[in-house]
Parts: sequence; C-alpha cells; structure tokens
Amino acid sequence: MFTIFGIGPLTFITFLPLLGMLILLAIPSGKDEKTKETSINLLRWVTVGITFIQLVVALLIYANFRTDLVGVNDPNSFQFVEKVKWISVKGLPLFGDLNIEYFVGIDGLSAPMVLLTALICFVATFSSWSIKKAHKGYFMMYLLLDLGMMGVFVALDFFLFYVFWELMLLPMYFLIGIWGGPRKEYAAIKFFIYTLFGSVFMLLVMIGLYFSVGSFNLLDMMNPANFKPGEIFTGFQTTWRLVAFVALFVGFAIKVPTVPFHTWLPDAHVEAPTPISVILAGILLKMGTYGMLRVAWPIFPEAVAYFNNYIAFIGMVSIIYGALCALGQHKVGKRDLKKLIAYSSVSHMGYVMLGISALNSNGLTGAIFQMFNHGTITAMLFMIVGVIYDRAHTRGLDEFGGLANKMPVYTGIMAIAFFAAIGLPGLSGFISEALVFLGAFATYPVLTVISALGVVLGAAYMLWALQRMFFGKLPERWSGPWDPTGKEYKHDDINGIELAALVPLAIVVIFLGVFPGAVVNLMTSSVNHLIEIVKIGGQFAGM
Amino acid sequence: MDSLLSLFIGQYVADLKRSLALFAPELVLATAFVLLVIVDLIFQKSKYITGVVALLGFAVATIFMIVSPANTSFGFWQMYVFDPFSNFFKYIFLISGFAVVLISFFSNELNKSDRTMGEYYTLILGMTLGMFVISSAGNLILIYLALETMSLSSYVLAGYTKEIKRASEASLKYVIYGALASGLMIYGISILYGLTGTLSLFQINAFLTQYQGPVFPLVVASLLVLVGFGYKISAVPFHFWTPDVYEGAPVAITAYLSVASKAAGFAVFMRFLKAGFIDPTNASEQVWTMVSSIDWKFIVAVLSVLSMTIGNFVALWQTNVKRMLAYSSIAHAGYMLMGVTVMTEGGYIAVMIYFFTYLLMNFGAFYVVQLIANEIGSEELEDYNGLGYRSPLLGTAMAIFLVSLTGLPPTAGFVGKLYIFQAVINSNMIWLAVVGVLNSVVSLAYYAKVFRNMWLRGVDSNSAPLKYSIYAQLLVYAFVIPTLYYGIFWTPLVFWAKSSVMMFIGK
Repeated sequence: MFTIFGIGPLTFITFLPLLGMLILLAIPSGKDEKTKETSINLLRWVTVGITFIQLVVALLIYANFRTDLVGVNDPNSFQFVEKVKWISVKGLPLFGDLNIEYFVGIDGLSAPMVLLTALICFVATFSSWSIKKAHKGYFMMYLLLDLGMMGVFVALDFFLFYVFWELMLLPMYFLIGIWGGPRKEYAAIKFFIYTLFGSVFMLLVMIGLYFSVGSFNLLDMMNPANFKPGEIFTGFQTTWRLVAFVALFVGFAIKVPTVPFHTWLPDAHVEAPTPISVILAGILLKMGTYGMLRVAWPIFPEAVAYFNNYIAFIGMVSIIYGALCALGQHKVGKRDLKKLIAYSSVSHMGYVMLGISALNSNGLTGAIFQMFNHGTITAMLFMIVGVIYDRAHTRGLDEFGGLANKMPVYTGIMAIAFFAAIGLPGLSGFISEALVFLGAFATYPVLTVISALGVVLGAAYMLWALQRMFFGKLPERWSGPWDPTGKEYKHDDINGIELAALVPLAIVVIFLGVFPGAVVNLMTSSVNHLIEIVKIGGQFAGM
Repeated sequence: MDSLLSLFIGQYVADLKRSLALFAPELVLATAFVLLVIVDLIFQKSKYITGVVALLGFAVATIFMIVSPANTSFGFWQMYVFDPFSNFFKYIFLISGFAVVLISFFSNELNKSDRTMGEYYTLILGMTLGMFVISSAGNLILIYLALETMSLSSYVLAGYTKEIKRASEASLKYVIYGALASGLMIYGISILYGLTGTLSLFQINAFLTQYQGPVFPLVVASLLVLVGFGYKISAVPFHFWTPDVYEGAPVAITAYLSVASKAAGFAVFMRFLKAGFIDPTNASEQVWTMVSSIDWKFIVAVLSVLSMTIGNFVALWQTNVKRMLAYSSIAHAGYMLMGVTVMTEGGYIAVMIYFFTYLLMNFGAFYVVQLIANEIGSEELEDYNGLGYRSPLLGTAMAIFLVSLTGLPPTAGFVGKLYIFQAVINSNMIWLAVVGVLNSVVSLAYYAKVFRNMWLRGVDSNSAPLKYSIYAQLLVYAFVIPTLYYGIFWTPLVFWAKSSVMMFIGK
C-alpha cells in the first residue's frame, strides 16, 4: 500500500473534499464586479483542482490494485485497508461492548466504483460552470456530496457506511433545491424523504445485526459462525432474516431506483442542475446496487436464493417500464429530453438488477460493468442535455431540428453517447449489456427474452430523439446565434469547458468498448467469490 | 427512656448534618435566589447585573456539585436521595441554566427599556431549585412540592413579557392546565397513600411486593400520578398546553421549558417507576421485573407512540416556527419514552444520552429562532425566506440543529436516536422501533420546511444581512460545535450516562 503524506490513499481520497471545503470557505466573495468574477473563478478552479487530485489518486489506486485478491468477505484480501478504533465503549448494560471502527478498504466490487466516482466528480465540475448563483455554497455542497459518495464505496464498517450514506442526503437536498429548475422544492424534498424512508429501515437492520454479531464490521456479519445463538438474526432463512433482507433491499432499491420505487427519480433528475443530474445518474444510483452487493447479498445469502425470482422480475419490469416511459416522452406532455434520459436510467439500471439476479459470473460481471458504463454514458447524456438547455433554455424534443449543421462537434459527441446508450457494438454499453443477457439467459431465459425488448425500445426512443433534434430542418427561431450579445457563447458550437467535461467520458466509453478488460479484470475474482458465497448460502437453505 | 430519646435526637442531628452537606448545591441555589432579590433592590436600573449574579449562582452550585463526594445514600430520612442518577440530571439543569441566562442576555423582547429583569432571573433560579429537588425526591409529597415550585415559577416566566397578548394567554393557559394536572396528581397520591399507608417510594415498593389485593385502585392511583408527570414532559394526551405556552412565552423560557422542565419530568418519572415498581432484589439485572401487576411497559409504550405520532403529524401543519418546535418537543418526549418503555438499565442510559443531545440541539434551535426574531420581529415560517443568505451562520446552524433533531448522522441527535432504537430492538419491541423510525421520516418533512425557507427561497433577495453581536455569535458556536462533535465522538457521553444510571433504591 502506498501512502500520500503518510495518509492511506482511501482516507486521502475520501477526506480530500473536506480540505477543499475549508479552502473554499476562506475565499472572499469580492466587492465589485471584477473581484466577484475572480472569486467565482477561483472557487471553480479550486474545486477542479481538488477533484483532479482525487482522480489522480484513484488512478494510482487503480495502478496498484491487485486483481487476484478476492475480498468480499475475506478480511485478508481487501486492499488499501485502514482500520482504526473509532468508538469503543466497554461493558454497557444491555449493549455489551460497543466497538465501531473506521474501517476502509476496497476489493473488486468497490474499485470500479471508486474510479467512477473520481472520474464523474471531476468532469461534473466543468459542467458546473453553468451554475449562476451562490457559487461558494454550491461548490462546498458539491464537495461534501463528493465526500459522502466516496465514503460509501470505501467503508467496510456498516456504521461508517451508514454515516456516509446519510451524509449525502443534505447536500443533495440543497443542490437540487437551490440550484434546480422550476419545481426544485418539490423534487428536493421528495428525494430527501424517499431516501430517508429507505435508509431508516437499514438503520434498524444494522442495529439488529449488531446485536446478533457483536460488531458493526460488515465482514464479521458475513460469517455465519459469528452469529450468537438466540439472537434475532441467528439461523438460516428465519422470518426475521427474510424481513431484514427485504428491508435492506427496499432501502437500496429506492436508491437504484427500481420500479415501483422510482417515482422520485424523474422529478429529481429533471429539476436538478446539469452537474447534479450527472452525479445523480452517474454515481448515486450505483450506490443502491453497490449496497446490495456489498451488504445485503453476502450477509443474507439464503434470502437471496429465496427472493431471487422476484429480483429478476423486478429487473425485467424496470427495464421494460423505464423504456416505455422514456418512449412515452415522445408522445405526451412537454416532450422533455431530460425526462427521457431520466427514464432511460430506470431502464438501464434494470439491466443491472437482471444481471445481479443471474447469479453467475457473466451476469454479475455484466451488472457491475453496466453500473460503470451507465455512469459514464448517462453522465454524458445529461451533460449533452445541459449544453443545449443552457443555450436555448428549453429541452423540448420537438422544439429543435437540424442541430447537426449548427453544432457539428456537439452532434458528434452526442452520437457517441446516444449509440453507447443504445448498446452499439464497439462502445462500452454493448459489452455490459451483452454480458448481462448472456448471464441472465442461463438462469431466467423467459425473463431475459422479454427484457431484450428493452434494447429495441431503447433504440427506438434514442434514435427518435436523435432524429427529431439533430436532423431535419433547423427551426426559424434558432437560426441566429445562441447569444446575440456574444458574451457568453461566442460560437454556435459547444465550447471548451463543455468539451473538457465530455471528451474524457467519450474516450472512456470508446476505450472500454474496445478493451473492456481494463475494468472487468478488476472485478472478476471478487465477483466469482461473491457468487460462491451466495450459492453456498442458498444450498444451506435447501434451495 | 431518656437515653433512648437522646439517642434518637443524636441520630436525627447526625443525619441532618450529613444530608445538609450533600445538599450544598441546592442550598447555594436557594441562597442565590435570596441574594438576587436583594441585588435587584439595589441595582434596579441595570438589566444584566441580576443575570450575572444568577450565572454566579449556577457556577458556585456547579463547583459544589463537582467537589461533593460521589455518594449514594438517603438524605433527610428517605425523603431525599443522593445518587449518580440525580447528579446527571442536575448537571443537565445547570447547563440549561447557564444557557437560558446567556440566551436571555441576547433577547430583544426581554431586554426592553421599561422592564426590570430582576424577578426574571430570580424565578429561573427558583425553577432550577425545584428541578434539583424533584430529581432527588424519594417521597411523593416532596415530589409534589418540587413540582409546584417548578410550575409556579414557570407560570410567571411564561407570561413575563406581559405587554404581549399571547404571552399573557400562554401564562393563563399554563396555570389552568397546571392546576388541573397537579390536582389530579395529588388526588392520585392521596389514593396511593390510602392504599399503602406511606408516601415514601421505597416503602410503597416494599408494600407492593406483598400486596395481594385488587389491582384496580392501584392502577387508577398510578395513572392519576402519571398525569402530573405526563404534563411536565408534555406527552400526549397531557400536551394541550404545550403549543400555546411555547408559542407565547419568551424564546429563552420556551427553550428552558422544553429541555430542563422536561428533563425534570423524566427524571422523576423514571425514578418513580424504578424505585416504586421494580423488584429491587434484581434491579441490576438486564431485565427488570415488576412488583405490581400494573403493565407499565404497555402504558408507557402507548404514551410514547401517541406522543411521537401526534406531535409529528400536527407539526406538519404549523406555520409558526416556535409552535412547530413545540410540537416537535412533544414528539421528542415520545422518542424518549421509548427508552423508558424498555424498563432496563440500557433503556435508561439511552434516555439520558438522548437528553444531553436534545439539550444541545433544542437550545440551539430556539436560540437561532430568538436571534432571528430579534432582527425580523417574527417567528412565522413565511418570514424566514432567504434568511440563509442574510446570515449564512444562522442558516447553517439552524440546518445543523434541525438535521440533528431529525436524527441524521453525523450529528448528536443521531447518537441519541441510535441508542434509543438499540434499546428498543434489544428488548424485542421491533414494532415500536418501526413506529419510531417512520416518525423520524415524518419529522423531516416539517424540519425541512424551515431550512427550505431559509435557503431555497429568496435566493436573490438583497435585504440587509442580519445583525448580531460577536458574543451572540460565539454562543451559536457553543451549541453547534458540540452538536457536531458528539455526533462523531460520543464515547464520553456514553461513559457519563453509563456511570450515572445507578439509582439508589435503598439496597
């Protein structure tokens, strides 16, 4: 393990945003027009700097990551582990000894997510240029959100995990609520209450597990031998264990979100400012599926076996329902491109659920790879929407046409993202979807065949959107320059800052389409180990 | 005969001497009370000197608390109990006392030019003295007297800004409800006395271990006594005074009532249950057994669920922040009653941890409300729009306090809730834990309204920044920093509660 100034890489990457917040706090806001502008730029570039360092550290972690170590429930094969006593109280009546550790480490499940978080947080700072008010608060909240997300992916102590999980809620609430669209208040509180509703049950399960195992260590909870006799979660496939699994599943499914817990998502995505939509879709949704794989699956493996059919079914419904809703955006309402992409997220996260339920190497690898790819591709899509919205102040599907002539570079980038979302071979989305279907077909052939319809529907809504907005005739109202004063947009086409956000993602999407191994290799051994754990648990339960 | 009498007198005097030495903090408060009256006569012009004397009184009492040896014994012939449990609550009262005096210094509504503040601080001392006594009382009559000492002071304090109509209304409502509650309570006490022939909690306990008679009169008497406690902790259905009084009283007093007065109510209720109704032979065991057939677990659980649910749901519709916080304090009484329901040492520890965190966040929230009211002259939710931009410090502090009241990490409020839920889950009352967590989700909906108005609305308003002195600002930090600190490193808190849960019950 390498260290940075004597600090472990995971601690460093997680708490670096805190340092960034302190720096931002010290930047004065400026008196006149000019110093104000300088101050805002300083805020932006400090955030870019902080997230860039994070990305560099993430790449260093990637370079030093050993792909042969399994992790998941084996404490000895986690990497970059740091373990410090945090809370230690001995001999409490009723509670016994209370030990909470600051325990972080990564394995094949979390390594891709750490990489993804660093990447998305870095590129989303560039699309934060479009933020127009209260810059200091914005960037501070942004960094706090960054801290919470990174923490979730590295925490190996359930308590620590929970603290980070909840830590993100407040900044997210403010980021949507202050800098969002017209219905921001509604969207923000809906997101907040919905997610809190999910996580309070997680809290109860966490406490129950703590009493059964005697520690908050996630790895201890995964070992059936650690469960004390007579406690609430002791045994196999007891009612309470199944209930606990469902409670955890619902908590995580709200975050994913799968149908029928998805209703906060269209509101939150549509109302959030572009960079926050990017983070929501790019990282936050993955926390749901990551939580399942990190917490719910290895701790309650026999419940997975018990409920797996339902999980696969939920995955299928999410795929089809999300796709139909996205397609519906062409027909009804305001024909909002952002809403279309929001619903496409529901559909694409459905693939992840389907892949997880396959319980084989292909399916699960596909699922995690799909998490990564959906993160990059949807981030691109939301940024693309942001680019056009900043210029035209509308994102109606039928209000544009012929943008390809006006904005050729933009159209090129857009095409990469759209085709990647459809799953065109040669781009990263194809590999992960193919793996998911390959894996899922072995376990649930019928559901998989139905789910494959989602790909067709996906092609339909994406291509239709492409056709409507980029081909055909440019409407009269957009024929002039975007900004007649020429102050904000000098050219018709996409500008440098926006390219800085989009190009790295496009490169990743293309690169992983050709060399998927760069990410897939990270997870292979952990994935196989996790499947083994769940299979053994299932056999114990007589399934 | 003569020698027997002198022996008796000798013992009497010895006990008195010993008890008085341990009684020093209370004596200090009483002395400060008298001293304040005199100081007020001399320095009638000054607004702050009486407050400073009150602070000194609290400080000297704190010193006596610290230097007095750790002692667990009866005092004054079983009327009084000195034990770590009462000490914990006495510290809570002292911290609240410091806080309420300091907050009052920065209140514009109190420090008007034509008001003398002498009686105000005097009555705060009197109220604190009542709380000290009630947390140590081992006799029903003493409990009643201390309760009245507290109540009478608080009636006057609630209406101290008498030129404001709603303050007078608050005071009157408080008096009427208080009179009714204490009337019912003394009625219950008289029935208990008639049944058991004693007023000492410990002798009642001894009586109940052998009691074979009908349980009905016992239940009625206990429920009537419960009315008195329920009124003090403002648990549903004894809560009706709370919103009006909290809304009408000066903010500092509202904060004091919601924390210290509630703490006193909990202290005496918890002692009443444990000393009176728990089998003392195995009181140190993990699970307590009851000596009577009154189902206290069920009764307290019902109170808890009602308080949480009604408090939270009614708060959803409030448009006045003080009134909203009043309903929130009813809900918090419900959360804390969950810990009492468990009827174990662990449950009591959880309640005590919760109280400390509640002290920080609730005082903090009310203090911010007061600083805002000083400037904008309103406590209406509507008038809070854009305040976060007019004063980022107050906006941030308020958000932290409210998030803490909701119970989200990493704030102290989360730690309090965590221990309460742990206690409840460990005693297998999972349904109660589920009700509790769902309630905290509901509570978010109204707490969020406050920081929604402060931050999400009026972003572009160019109103002048809110003004407050540097000392007022320091006091904000004094509440914010521990709220965050104890949310992350709460070990000392748990140790303190753990070492204080020991309640002296004569064995």
